[in-house]
Amino acid sequence: MAERSFKEEVQKLKLGEGEEFHGEGILAVTKALLQSGVSYVAGYQGAPISHLMDVLADASEILEGLGVHFENSASEATAAATLAASVNYPLRGAITFKSTVGTNVASDALANLASGGVTGGALIIIGEDYGEGSSIMQERVHAFAMKSQMWLLDPRPNLPSIVRAVETAFELSEVSNTPVMMMMRIRACHVYGRFTTKANKRPEFGLTDALENPRRDLSRIAMPPMTYVHEKDKWEKRWPAAVKYVEDQRLNEFFDGEANDIGIVVQGGLYNSTIRALMLNGLADAFGESKVPLYVMNVTYPLVDKEFVRFCAGKKAILIVEEGQPDYIEQAVNTILRRADIQTRIHGKDMLPMAGEYTGAVVRAGVAKFIEKTRPDLLPAALPAAEVTPLKQREVTAAKAVDSQVHGRPPSFCTGCPERPIFAAMKLVERELGSHHVSADIGCHLFSIFPPFNVGATTMGYGLGAAGASALNVRAGKRAIAMMGDGGFWHNGLTSGVGNAVFNKSDNVLIIVDNGYSAATGGQDIPSSFHANASRGTQNSIEKAVRGVGVTWAKTINHTYDVALMRDTLKEALTTKEPGPKVIIAHSECMLNKQRRIRPLLRKAAQQGQRVVRERFGVDADTCTGDHSCIRLSGCPSLTIAPNPDPLRREPVTKVINSCVGCGLCGEVSHAAVLCPSFYRASLITNPTGWDKFKARLRAAVIGFFQRRIERKLAAA
Amino acid sequence: MTASPERRPITIAILAMGGEGGGVLAEWIVDLAERGGYIAQMTSVPGVAQRTGATNYYVELFPKTGGQSNLRAPVLGLTPVPGDVDIVIASELMEAGRAVQRGLVTPDRTTFIVSTNRVFSMTERIALADGRVDSSVLLEGCRVAAKRLIHGDMAQLAEATGSVISAVLFGALAGSKVLPMQRMAFEAAIHRGGVGVKESIAAFAAGFAAAESGPAPVKAPAPAAENVSASLAPLMAEADAYAEPARTFVRAGIERTADYQDAAYARQYLDRLKAVADADRRYGDGSGLLLTETARELALGMSYEDTVRVAELKIRPSRFERVRQEVQLADGQILEIAEFLHPRVEEIADTLPAGLGRWLLNSGWPRRLLARFTQKGMVLKTSTVRGFLMLYMVAALKPTRRRSLRFQTEQAFLEDWQRRILAIAPANYALAVEIALTRTLVKGYSDTHERGRERYATLMQMLPQIAERPDAAATLARLRKAALADDTGAALTAAIREMRPLSQAAE
Repeated sequence: MAERSFKEEVQKLKLGEGEEFHGEGILAVTKALLQSGVSYVAGYQGAPISHLMDVLADASEILEGLGVHFENSASEATAAATLAASVNYPLRGAITFKSTVGTNVASDALANLASGGVTGGALIIIGEDYGEGSSIMQERVHAFAMKSQMWLLDPRPNLPSIVRAVETAFELSEVSNTPVMMMMRIRACHVYGRFTTKANKRPEFGLTDALENPRRDLSRIAMPPMTYVHEKDKWEKRWPAAVKYVEDQRLNEFFDGEANDIGIVVQGGLYNSTIRALMLNGLADAFGESKVPLYVMNVTYPLVDKEFVRFCAGKKAILIVEEGQPDYIEQAVNTILRRADIQTRIHGKDMLPMAGEYTGAVVRAGVAKFIEKTRPDLLPAALPAAEVTPLKQREVTAAKAVDSQVHGRPPSFCTGCPERPIFAAMKLVERELGSHHVSADIGCHLFSIFPPFNVGATTMGYGLGAAGASALNVRAGKRAIAMMGDGGFWHNGLTSGVGNAVFNKSDNVLIIVDNGYSAATGGQDIPSSFHANASRGTQNSIEKAVRGVGVTWAKTINHTYDVALMRDTLKEALTTKEPGPKVIIAHSECMLNKQRRIRPLLRKAAQQGQRVVRERFGVDADTCTGDHSCIRLSGCPSLTIAPNPDPLRREPVTKVINSCVGCGLCGEVSHAAVLCPSFYRASLITNPTGWDKFKARLRAAVIGFFQRRIERKLAAA
Repeated sequence: MTASPERRPITIAILAMGGEGGGVLAEWIVDLAERGGYIAQMTSVPGVAQRTGATNYYVELFPKTGGQSNLRAPVLGLTPVPGDVDIVIASELMEAGRAVQRGLVTPDRTTFIVSTNRVFSMTERIALADGRVDSSVLLEGCRVAAKRLIHGDMAQLAEATGSVISAVLFGALAGSKVLPMQRMAFEAAIHRGGVGVKESIAAFAAGFAAAESGPAPVKAPAPAAENVSASLAPLMAEADAYAEPARTFVRAGIERTADYQDAAYARQYLDRLKAVADADRRYGDGSGLLLTETARELALGMSYEDTVRVAELKIRPSRFERVRQEVQLADGQILEIAEFLHPRVEEIADTLPAGLGRWLLNSGWPRRLLARFTQKGMVLKTSTVRGFLMLYMVAALKPTRRRSLRFQTEQAFLEDWQRRILAIAPANYALAVEIALTRTLVKGYSDTHERGRERYATLMQMLPQIAERPDAAATLARLRKAALADDTGAALTAAIREMRPLSQAAE
């Protein structure tokens, strides 16, 4: 079960003809899929499209009612291969994942799919994880569209445009026999807005029909000699068909403006930022009425030559607002205009930065530069740009002053995270055996690369932690350590990492973090999730799986918070004479999800009068000497610092705040690392039993007697 | 051209950290605006915010009134544009600083609502001593950058009302009166939200009041009741002869040492200070810094944390009361306290009479045997009779402390330290102050303590070399800072290497 529930929101998916939908962009996409008569949906979670998967998982009833099949794919490759159902059958299918990492994984299937082509509409919803808030390398999905020749939609970031893009994508796919990608940037996925709904559509041709009446068409299979035909077909039939559809349906939009000797070409997704940039330069109003003509590309691949030729007619210069690099569109437009022998000057990356997100500020500056160069008369006269006004001076002074006082806040492990003790143990092993090469993976455990742990040298992709250490497989005084999450393990790590290590007789150590969820993407279930799930097969053991592919040294630690055990097991793995890969499965439930699960239960139990014990830790300020080594071995958000109450001391003391969930790590670490006696564990018993109360009274009597003696002595001193 | 400059959206940026309810706050604002005749758009960059990172939300509101808007929807932005943000709400002071750093807060436009509480960054928390940034600089930066600054400790208000900070901030937004909606409309949005309404409304009210009246004046902590026992009165009288700022620390030192051992020990403390006070008078610059810092460090050095001290502090009634408050024990709940202790052979030997302790440390099998038993730490429940009495008995060893091995070691250490101070003071007062301060390296327990001792010893060995330099005091201060830069000692080694060529050049 995902950490965010959409049980309420999914009711919006039932809205009928002409009603108003209010909600998040990604939820609107889901509604648009149902309005388009989709037969199946699959995907792999990851920001910013995790919510799409979570919504669908919570909407199972509605989907079943419409005859829509939904799968949580094992990987993006699985999701992409799922679209094979649309190759021979008139079935509309949609898949989703984050890009470019997901598209990388999916590209084998996507290339095969795009080669043979599709019969039913095939839509790939891409969460373009680019710019601020991104968690991956900065690349563009555009390259994948070009290499496999799939069409790429980049709709304006408002709900009606996004919904329309989904609906037209299926038709575009069907008329051109080509899979279509629709990209949504992070902020568009999360944008809250509204649109007028249509009734949901039940697919006319169902999956049952396909299963019961199988069809095949040799010409669609990606195998020579058909592949040669496919390539020609792409250019001779599918491309023209797509271009015609885009033109006929006016998927791209033209906006006139009085300054018609210049113009701006913009990716649909950047339309709002461009309008705002024009508005702040005094060239547009809040309703998008612009002095400068605009050509908005809701379809960024293929480019429609004729539309460019039309837009550039009579214009001395255009500005292309294209986010990211390389500047594929700008390069293509140069070719288009050259071939058509049109002399319009093309600006783009000379006015806007080559790399980085096109935020409001960036586009504002770029547009101003373009206007200044081509039509300076349009800019308001009294803009003494170079002059530093007193207000501007204040702004600069303030920014400069705070600069040294603002630290980065990279993501870190949550309060009580079961992964933290793994790295605490690694730091302790480092003290004894020296440092080791650590190959990191993708997942929450990658936060280890930041302080306080500073562990991990490389990360090569999801599930590729062990694979990333495969070259370091020679006789040496030390072994390499690889990390892998349970999500990455099932995604591909079992074969790419574990199987590979067995086959190549690797001696390295692999730690698999088994927290029961695909935690970093929002707590979705995976094959080894601890709890039963009515619609998915969970509770499959990772240890059994690794033994199944030939690992002989495998140990599961069922309580990662036992730092000493963790440390000793890791030490053993690093020193044992047994050949082959050494696999440690560190198995404790993701604390974020555990708290979400048990908090309501505990609250209810307490309300019903049942005995509930809550544990939390604390630090005695009078024995804490303010060295903070405990924090350096933990970094827990609830383990922080506070002003020293002792007037003689200056260093802040360590303090445990009330968000502590009592995971026990502080105690374990102070024992394992022999830190200090300042930590205490407090157990708060709600609704104590009679026995509890009796014990408490007895203890209070005896302890009270001695404490009164202590007080008398103190008073006498 | 229909562009009219006054027709623009109200722009609101919210900077928060994961789990603070920044999303709820944004949703309230959207709901408030939609009911109040506005078109609202909100978006966010949550990223991996749930995992403690910085996060931000962006909301734009556009009035529905006017003929034109009935026909067409406005084009609303998805990213805040520096210079064009009307309201910035920051749930923490460093995040407020980040908003200023990013240029979101501008003096011509921005109403800046800031919670001044601190959620310390990792860099601040993992420092070996004090790594905190300067809050006053952050707040001043906010004041300079904003058109109007509304600030207060909203986290504290949230805690006081049993709610979350987002509700207090929503109240502060209402109280700022920067949005054209009435207070009741804000409260209605909370009611419609439907979760934790009662607490949220209370928190909202607190935020509203804070925004209207400005931040509550910082209450100076009431001076602790002067309750000097008869045996300490003459000592305190002597302390009062010293000028401030030394006097406060000397008095605190007397109290500490007496509490640690007895009045005689406090007398010893005071006696030890006399020579330093004398040196301060003769060679000082009138600041009294040498006496002040020595008084402070000497008190800490004399009240080193041995097993007896730890046991004594753990069983005091005042400590039980402190724990009860810290864990927010509610009526009817029962509290159990467990300690995580790990005395090793070293700590046991330290507590023994010096001769016996030394024998144990140098012994063969007795030491090994004891080591086996003390390999693992113990969890001791102070709230049980057995656990309490065990600590009580350890604490009862206090009278034997003066004969213990650790006592001898510590006194010798302090005497050596003081000798150095007094030896340097006539020639270089500033360096003497720095030597006094360098004792601060020696703190903590076990490895931490040993590491501190080693670094202290390294610096003291270098003292003759340092003293020759023209910037002797600054050099020692720099090296001490380096010694507190990391666990491994890399920074100290680097700092020492850096100063070598200079001294060689001087030779």
